[in-house]
Amino acid sequence: MSNANSPATDVAPGLMAKALREGLFAGVLAFGMFLLYVGVETYQNIDNALVWRMRWGLLAVFVAIAAVGRFLVVAFLRPSLDRRKLNKAKAGLLDVSEDKGFFHKHFLKIAMIVLVLYPPVIVSLYGVQGSLKFVDNFGIQILIYVMLAWGLNVVVGLAGLLDLGYVAFYAVGAYSYALLSDHFGLSFWVLLPMAGILAAFWGIILGFPVLRLRGDYLAIVTLAFGEIIRLVLMNWAEVTGGTAGISGVAKASIFGIWSFDVGASNNFAKAFALPMSSAYYKIFLFYVILALCLITAYVTIRLRRMPIGRAWEALREDEIACRSLGINTVTTKLTAFAIGAMFGGFAGSFFAARQGFVSPESFVFLESAVILAIVVLGGMGSLTGIAVAAVVMIGGTELLREMEFLKHVFGPDFTPELYRMLLFGLAMVVVMLFKPRGFVGSREPTAFLKERKSVSGSFTKEGHG
Amino acid sequence: MEYFIQQLLNGLTLGSIYGLVAIGYTMVYGIIGMINFAHGDIFMLGGFAALIVFLILTSFFAGIPVALALLVMLVVAMLVTSLWNWTIERVAYRPLRGSFRLAPLITAIGMSIVLSNFIQVTQGPRNKPVPPLVNDVFHFGSITVSLKQILIVIVTSVLLAAFWYIVNKTPLGRAQRATEQDRKMAALLGVDVDRTISITFVMGAALAAVAGTMYLMYYGVASFNDGFIPGVKAFTAAVLGGIGSLPGAVLGGLLIGLIESLWSAYFSIAYKDVATFAILAFVLIFKPTGILGRPEVEKV
Repeated sequence: MSNANSPATDVAPGLMAKALREGLFAGVLAFGMFLLYVGVETYQNIDNALVWRMRWGLLAVFVAIAAVGRFLVVAFLRPSLDRRKLNKAKAGLLDVSEDKGFFHKHFLKIAMIVLVLYPPVIVSLYGVQGSLKFVDNFGIQILIYVMLAWGLNVVVGLAGLLDLGYVAFYAVGAYSYALLSDHFGLSFWVLLPMAGILAAFWGIILGFPVLRLRGDYLAIVTLAFGEIIRLVLMNWAEVTGGTAGISGVAKASIFGIWSFDVGASNNFAKAFALPMSSAYYKIFLFYVILALCLITAYVTIRLRRMPIGRAWEALREDEIACRSLGINTVTTKLTAFAIGAMFGGFAGSFFAARQGFVSPESFVFLESAVILAIVVLGGMGSLTGIAVAAVVMIGGTELLREMEFLKHVFGPDFTPELYRMLLFGLAMVVVMLFKPRGFVGSREPTAFLKERKSVSGSFTKEGHG
Repeated sequence: MEYFIQQLLNGLTLGSIYGLVAIGYTMVYGIIGMINFAHGDIFMLGGFAALIVFLILTSFFAGIPVALALLVMLVVAMLVTSLWNWTIERVAYRPLRGSFRLAPLITAIGMSIVLSNFIQVTQGPRNKPVPPLVNDVFHFGSITVSLKQILIVIVTSVLLAAFWYIVNKTPLGRAQRATEQDRKMAALLGVDVDRTISITFVMGAALAAVAGTMYLMYYGVASFNDGFIPGVKAFTAAVLGGIGSLPGAVLGGLLIGLIESLWSAYFSIAYKDVATFAILAFVLIFKPTGILGRPEVEKV
């Protein structure tokens, strides 16, 4: 930290000594930090009393990683990075490059083809039953988050309104579908738009009181709203089933023509004389969520070019200037909340149809944080960046479940799932530190004079809202 | 009436704990304008440190006096959490100072996830019960006051007095107040801003560790996800009292504690957290400056 300004063209004479010193310091610091939490294991014995034992080996590993890591960073990584930056500055290169590769140019088409072909390819590779895991855990799971993040992107990325309670609208969508299909027997295709509309209403209801707020305060109030909705769902047991939630939520059908209920006469597998498997339902759901995602993206892209989209972006950049130019900030903010919430509602009803079960457990604050993290890591406002971030963050953590071979490395007690959220949190911190603008840190202006120039993230000013 | 006074006492005890945590939020917000989301988890780390120290102490020295044990727990918890918060500020927050506004909030949320999951992984996901440390209770008529409540209130008051002295009477406190008012100007006048901010984080963590120890003593159980709800409540306290204001944080903490215990006593225990969150929303919407806060001037 202190040598950030020192010249790095040639290796400074005291560099090794300095690196050793800093490495030692990091080791001592890590020892102090981890001694109690890593070095001591607490567990309950047979009498249910809490006892402890030392874990010196594990502690030593932690301390060693900290010390050696710090040493390597100071001695090798940082000088080389500094050198590279200096060379770049000398050559006068900017971070904005104009020429794009083939992959870059046709990214959208390639991604579409891959997504549409994904289930058939997986089925042909692993068989119908074997495809279940890949289509469900990787395909549907990631696409749900892509959809949620694109929905939140309308609020955070376009309108610049920081929303930490987005999961509330997801919950509204899920519970609307679960309750209405339970009590009135309505089908998924009727309830999907209805869940979206209900969530949009909630977006407006919760948006009204926060019109005056911006920035961190807005974030905290939306967090409070999100938690209130979750706590009400949890405690209003007569309607929502309390912590147990609602189970046996009806499945979606292919527009009422074929059903996926096992006993139904128009069962999909029976109608086509296929072996019974739950994989067909998942493959169907994969295409449903893919379509929903595409609708979200399409609507977002079109809205950005409409006056309301321009107003959102103006609001993001400067609220006061926006108001003095005669833009009605009340309707601008409320439409952003409503449309963002609507997509959350769609995703929620889809989620309920997929799980067949809803409970307040699925709508904790952590979910909001994960969705917001995806939006920010993707480089707010960029649909491609957000999709990439969702694939990396959700796919990466899902991948951990599959890492059976780690058990051979760390012993049979090792459960990689436990580390999912730990790694997710670390990834959030690390990505922010190295790429504060997210994976795709540039914004393409929707309105431009003569020619379209992409603006590097470091040149764009952050909105206040 | 006795029931009311009883609830009042419980509320004050809880409120002192929230107040201690709220100071950490309010100081950090005041000095660098950032909501330190991970502060609630620092509080949780403090509780765990106290728990582990307690286990080690009682297994080596079976008949150790309670006062001494508590003192050691407090000191070690304060030291360890200070180290953590110092490192977190150094590694995760300082490089992002001056970056765009959302970045520190996102890293703070990430840090909060990291801390709670770190404890879940290293110490296990189950609740950790500890045998009660102090059992004595006093009866005044039909009102019961436990020694732990008295202890909590006394420790809080002593710490607050010491803290007030540091902020208002020492050169360090002066540097902190100067940095809070205008970071650039303070730097020009020779205040080591980085060091001041580090010390602010350390002080906040030490107070949170005390609160964590008290919380452990009061409820007798520690869990890895104890950081979030008390953290949000303490943040509510900071906002209610006026964020950036130290007396406000304490006042807000006491009010939140009182509201929580009275709400549980007279309305419904299930909705006590809803009450806190609703207060948070109402205060921010209708009086964002809180009770003792200064109005923020909107600049173009």
